[in-house]
Amino acid sequence: MGFKEKCFKKSLWVFHLSAGSCNNCDIEILDCLTPKFDIERFGMKLVGSIRHADVLLVTGIVTRKLLPRIKEVYDQAPKPIVVIAIGGCSCTGGMFKDCYTFKGPLDKVIPVDAYVPGCPPKPEAMLSGIVKFLNKE
Amino acid sequence: MGKEIFYFLIFPGLLFSGIVGGFLSWFDRKITARVQFRQGPPLLQPLYDFVKLLAKETLIPKSGSRFTFLITPILALFGAVISAVFILLPLFGMKTGFVGDLIVIIYLLNIPSLSYMIGAFASGNPLAAIGASREMKLILSYEVPFLLVLISIILKSGMSIKLSEIIAFQTVNGAFIGSISGVLGFIVALMCIQAKLAFVPFDMPEAEGEICDGITIEFSGTTYALVNLTKYIMIFVLPALVVGIFFAGMNFVGINILWSILKIVLVVLLVTLVRNTSPRVRIDQAMRFFWIWMNLFAVVSIILAIFGL
Repeated sequence: MGFKEKCFKKSLWVFHLSAGSCNNCDIEILDCLTPKFDIERFGMKLVGSIRHADVLLVTGIVTRKLLPRIKEVYDQAPKPIVVIAIGGCSCTGGMFKDCYTFKGPLDKVIPVDAYVPGCPPKPEAMLSGIVKFLNKE
Repeated sequence: MGKEIFYFLIFPGLLFSGIVGGFLSWFDRKITARVQFRQGPPLLQPLYDFVKLLAKETLIPKSGSRFTFLITPILALFGAVISAVFILLPLFGMKTGFVGDLIVIIYLLNIPSLSYMIGAFASGNPLAAIGASREMKLILSYEVPFLLVLISIILKSGMSIKLSEIIAFQTVNGAFIGSISGVLGFIVALMCIQAKLAFVPFDMPEAEGEICDGITIEFSGTTYALVNLTKYIMIFVLPALVVGIFFAGMNFVGINILWSILKIVLVVLLVTLVRNTSPRVRIDQAMRFFWIWMNLFAVVSIILAIFGL
């Protein structure tokens, strides 16, 4: 593993995109920033702009309205970028898979690197998902 | 010529102030984490961030001016490094500088903010434009109190406008922080560097929750790495200027090394604690704060300095 990859893994900046979620996963993502979990220990931080991001967290089913926007946000991100599907909705569609606005799941729209299922997934589950993905490469 | 290039690139310039600024930026994040009962990032975090950003793709916005957008981070870095050279050389006890370099330093310290503004306008992003207009108002707010503080410093040091002479005056007659006008001026200068660094009570230009990083929203990859490096250097240079004009500079003989380092760390600690214990104010509140209260403090400090207090 070169120094560049090490730097990339040590400073993941997270951008959080809600693709029509019920806000439950979003609240759990914000839980990762709290003193109990503290993802800044690993150099991760939440950024406000997609131009600064290394990780794109997508929550929620991909709705008809948000489909072009998700594609555009993915195109706006500087590569290399890691896409992580958070929650059962973005992984498979969950209980909304027969809904008329359902255009997902997410991996049909943009390439996904890791899936964290759960409704909502625990902060521990998200951290372990990211750690497993980083150790894989 | 070779000496100047060495000054600019290695010793008080790019390399040295970048490394120390990176350390201070880590210190700031660590103290923030400890205030919030968290662990905080590891020591090498600024280096990881910088190298990672250098390795990423640089995107240029479609609706913007390509050349201006790409040149502004370099201009900002240039302004920060050259002001680091002008401030740190007298601070480390070298008899350099020229009459009036304090005024040049004031101008040079504005170059990073101005460059961010130009870059934000050149990016063509509406949120960046909002951030840039706020930054402009913020510059209008904090420049006047900052100049008034420097006038009181000049009065106290016997009408000297050379940084090395001001520091030499303080080493003979005691640091300016020991007088009432010095304390008032220090409070004003602390608030001004808070605004110059765009830290929390005055972080309207890059309010994260509100306008998504504002002026730096479109910078990515290498350009954002340069913006970050400029921020690291500024977090070292501005406290260093305050140490120079209020705490009698630095001394590198024996145990004084420890005190010199502690002075810088103390100023950064104060800035960080103010940052962590206050909410973001609106831009009109910030302007009122600087124009009424900070100007009042600075004028009182000048009057006290005329009477020699």
